[in-house]
Amino acid sequence: MVEFTFWDIFRNLLLAARWTVVLSLIAFIGGGLVGALLLVGRLTRIGWLDRAIAGYVQLFQGTPLLMQLFLAYFGIGLFGINVSPWVSVTLALTLYTSAFLAEIWRGCVAAIPKGQWEAAQSLALSFGEQLRHVVFPQALRIAIPPTVGFMVQVIKGTALASVVGFVELTRAGNMISNVTYQPFTVFACVALMYFALCYPISLYAKFLERKISHANRR
Amino acid sequence: MPTVAETPLAGGRPAAAPVSGAPIVNITALRKSYGANEVLKGIDLQVARGEVIAIIGKSGSGKSTLLRCINGLEQFQDGALTVDGKPLLHESALAMRELRQRVGMIFQSFNLFPHLSVGRNVMLAPTLVKKTDKVDAAEQARRLLLRVGLAEKFDAMPDQLSGGQQQRVAIARALAMEPAVLLCDEITSALDPELVGEVLRVVESLADEGMTLLMVTHEMSFARKVSDRVIFMHQGRVHEMGPPAEIFGAPRTPELQQFLSSLHD
Amino acid sequence: MQIQLDFAAVLVQWPFLLRGVLWTLGLTAVSMAIGMVVGIACAWARASGPMALRVGVGAYVELIRNTPFIVQLFFIFFGLPSLGVKLGPEVASVIAMVLNLGAYATEIIRAGIENTPRGQIEAAQSLALNRVQVFTRVVLPPSLKRVWPAMVSQIIIVMLGSAVCGQISTEELSYSANVIQAQNFRTFEAYIVATGIYLLLSIAVRHLLHWAGPRFIFGR
Repeated sequence: MVEFTFWDIFRNLLLAARWTVVLSLIAFIGGGLVGALLLVGRLTRIGWLDRAIAGYVQLFQGTPLLMQLFLAYFGIGLFGINVSPWVSVTLALTLYTSAFLAEIWRGCVAAIPKGQWEAAQSLALSFGEQLRHVVFPQALRIAIPPTVGFMVQVIKGTALASVVGFVELTRAGNMISNVTYQPFTVFACVALMYFALCYPISLYAKFLERKISHANRR
Repeated sequence: MPTVAETPLAGGRPAAAPVSGAPIVNITALRKSYGANEVLKGIDLQVARGEVIAIIGKSGSGKSTLLRCINGLEQFQDGALTVDGKPLLHESALAMRELRQRVGMIFQSFNLFPHLSVGRNVMLAPTLVKKTDKVDAAEQARRLLLRVGLAEKFDAMPDQLSGGQQQRVAIARALAMEPAVLLCDEITSALDPELVGEVLRVVESLADEGMTLLMVTHEMSFARKVSDRVIFMHQGRVHEMGPPAEIFGAPRTPELQQFLSSLHD
Repeated sequence: MQIQLDFAAVLVQWPFLLRGVLWTLGLTAVSMAIGMVVGIACAWARASGPMALRVGVGAYVELIRNTPFIVQLFFIFFGLPSLGVKLGPEVASVIAMVLNLGAYATEIIRAGIENTPRGQIEAAQSLALNRVQVFTRVVLPPSLKRVWPAMVSQIIIVMLGSAVCGQISTEELSYSANVIQAQNFRTFEAYIVATGIYLLLSIAVRHLLHWAGPRFIFGR
């Protein structure tokens, strides 16, 4: 029987964790860009566009991420395109992130008091100028903590990619635990690695949140 | 027709306001509803250039709504509104932009932009809308801040100022666009009593210089002293209108009498 | 290129889908009931318990919130047997969901408790209520009412997260979809139908909980 040391397990998990990080970053940045476009779309206040984007958000917030990953993986396969897990997972996670970020950011813009909009309007600023010079700078400040916090959700979401065969930290955990017959150690290790990735980010988001609420209280 | 100010004995401003030419704001049969609730039930009003008008009345009488219709913050359903000869066209962003360069507004809650310094608050609109050069805009801002007594606060942030100071910056900010008409929506109602005077002094000086002012206000003694005409609004209509001496000294309708006596309680 | 979609082949299996839906709802209901109790207990511990308890609960909360649910599930189902604790898939799923919801509920309820106006507590104390009574009768009901929207959102998130439990053969909705597509190869259609059902469930359960909260849990 082959003996596996803790270091063997740890080392292999760490290698797989790379892909978790890469996938998270791609989804977060891509999702942020798409989410920003969706936000601007909602702010134009064109009836059908606003409703369509609201529907898009409801779709991603009201269905399991696992299902979204399945649909991306098998949906693209329908067109005969033999797609690697990378493409389908990246697509699904990017769209998922874009829906949640668009909603978070919309909430931040909505939190800006109506008086700011009215003051800017009264000074003859165009809608674009009102957004760019008065509303966005203020909304950006309060958007940073929840946006940073959502990064944690994205990292956790990459764990589901394992189910469609994408080799990241969780899948590696599955594979290694099957080989070593040490599931307790392996999954404890996997959990701690996710914790090591996520907890600092959570702390940072909490710190940012406190900084902003302190500034507001002055 | 717009009136000339009264003699000093009866109240109103001592200097006569010139009253020639077409009215700068012309409102005819204006109606506005929020859903099923009609808030303005047919307003007729002509404001002469240089005139100072105080609008008084109970809350819910439609005073602020009327003011907000004049600069397009509220849309009306019926009637006509022209400013400086040009009718209000809500659908045209260009027309609204033109309108708001001629009509400025000061708000009860100041609404200074918290992320910009005092100076930048004043400079923002001229640089964006009138494409004023940054250096010229800064100079204009300093001049206006001096005028409202806050020259040294150019680089301060709004949250470092008192309420009265913030409101004076708001006035400077509106003046930077060189409007023909200034709308003041209860601009001292949110201020601590000891800060009200500094703001009213600035407004009085604007009136003395010939600025056309429409003020919704609860400061009755100020209205009596500074305005050419007082309008008492009741349930969405102009209930009584006249020189301050008449309105405050000899109210004709029971509603106005009741309103004035309730102020003394 | 023609894509032939055959939804009928999936929809004809509606009894099996219904079974999955009932399992999903059942898992969610049990997790919600126990999870909220856990959340209330831990929130109280975090707000007013001894230091050791506060740290312990804090560690539990942070551990759950910073690790993926699927990893928590795998740890309980695959990892614990090495310690001699063998659990069936349904039991493992419920435990994982309870621990997961409990951690988030702790933070949500704690925020509600800490936002109780001081005057309320002082009034209750002046009326000679003891600590337990102050908490259960004066502090908790308004707190739950205050945080109910956030709590409902979290319950929906856990319900949607339960889809992962199909991976360890818990017979909930995603498992039903998996079995159906394994039999008739209508993979995309099966998942679309399941996703559509999840969407309807999330809307329906949200409305149900918003309706039920004031009536059964915290009073109007």
